[in-house]
Amino acid sequence: MNAQSTDIATYNFAYLDEQTKRMIRRAILKGIAIPGYQVPFASREMPMPYGWGTGGVQVTASIIGPDDVLKVIDQGADDTTNAVSIRAFFKKVAKVAVTTETAKASIIQTRHRIPEQPLSAGQVLVFQVPIPEPLRFLEPRETETRKMHALEEYGLMHVKLYEDIARHGRIATTYAYPVKVEGRYVMDPSPTPKFDNPKMHRSPALQLFGAGREKRIYAVPPFTDVVSLDFEDHPFEVQTFDQPCALCGAENVYLDEVILDDHGGHMFVCSDTDHCEKRRADGHHGHLAPETHSASEKMEPAE
Amino acid sequence: MDIATQSIDGGFAEPVFNAQAVFRAIMDAMARPGTIQNLPPLARPPASLSATAGAVALSLCDNDTPVWLDPPLQAETSVKAWLGFHTGAPLANTPADAHFALIANPKEMAALDGFAQGTQEYPDRSTTLILLVDDLASGPSLLLEGPGIENTSMIAPPGMPRHFVEQWKQNNQRFPRGVDIILAAPGSLSCLPRTTRIKTMEA
Repeated sequence: MNAQSTDIATYNFAYLDEQTKRMIRRAILKGIAIPGYQVPFASREMPMPYGWGTGGVQVTASIIGPDDVLKVIDQGADDTTNAVSIRAFFKKVAKVAVTTETAKASIIQTRHRIPEQPLSAGQVLVFQVPIPEPLRFLEPRETETRKMHALEEYGLMHVKLYEDIARHGRIATTYAYPVKVEGRYVMDPSPTPKFDNPKMHRSPALQLFGAGREKRIYAVPPFTDVVSLDFEDHPFEVQTFDQPCALCGAENVYLDEVILDDHGGHMFVCSDTDHCEKRRADGHHGHLAPETHSASEKMEPAE
Repeated sequence: MDIATQSIDGGFAEPVFNAQAVFRAIMDAMARPGTIQNLPPLARPPASLSATAGAVALSLCDNDTPVWLDPPLQAETSVKAWLGFHTGAPLANTPADAHFALIANPKEMAALDGFAQGTQEYPDRSTTLILLVDDLASGPSLLLEGPGIENTSMIAPPGMPRHFVEQWKQNNQRFPRGVDIILAAPGSLSCLPRTTRIKTMEA
């Protein structure tokens, strides 16, 4: 099967066997045809634990080809454990080119962020999803949530958002903020910060979602309406930050808080490491950026 | 050539990479309805099944997916033998049992609502129709809009089913139930997922 290796024991290209890929591919096509609907699929055991992106990995493995360029991010970062190990996994089992640059990637597998740089047509964003069912914490029974989706009965979700307002004076959900896709299905955008929700709306990129433990695949095709649920008097709004990135000075991006010492010192930096590095390379400076402009700063992510 | 040889020949030369290439073309076409994805002839099925339709079947069908053949294909033992050998897909007895349907003569095909539509709970349990068309440009123009399309897009496959625009409107109204269509032309393919709306062009 695999013409690339002469080893006696070897994996099929992209790890999964062909029948599994076909099954996942069929689920992906149905997901694209019914935006926001969670297609059940026969999720496989992967050589990593649940919660590490087994759903996203299976989706990526089923769509990836030898010409693809893969980027993997974990909370926006290219250099954290999950991102590094999944990137190394595909380098090993599919021998594909990998990158950390958003613009150069044809497939971006992501855990809980959408890159700051706008995506372009032809790119595929693959989300790792822990709990695909947005109604699950409101209604634990799958039979019931399925019926609710079938009947487009989403009142419970609005009650939940309303209770937020009654208790906190505002909608307190800050991540996994429910969206309505193309006016029909309420969908969990995976635990991305709600900051990223507007990026899903009419994105030129194809967005695929894989939940390995829960065995669901869903999709948002390009140029599809993705509207965050809200109320007329409490409209949806994204997080704002009162200071720019401490390293690159970027505003209107999603920031992570980094603790600097045990005296309460902290700074806010871009969660999207590629975006931050690009800006610093372009000469942007935040107030905590190192003064010495060392060009050797640009580091390769560990493999 | 006898049927045994015909049914064994003509599969993917590189099963893994060809299946991936064909799938990506279908995925991109499904995600961007109305765009035309070029596809080199990767499969060589018996005559009445086109290379494109054959490649689509090879990349998506297996023993989990009952396939329905329209009467012209049904009549060809070599097609059944070829699909059977290369995909292992069982033949569906009725259109409503089919996961995939191969339609060589769309003009005369059964009504779209005769195929599996899925259920309200499981709308994914529906038939994907693979229509063999001569090309994607010489027929009456279909102006498309919906998810995957920025403004509008257009394809013009000839020889589509009777009252297709009206049938498709009904298919839209059944959403989330409904069928999806893969249009397989020589050297290219295009898709019409159930979300795509055909705008009737008034003068």
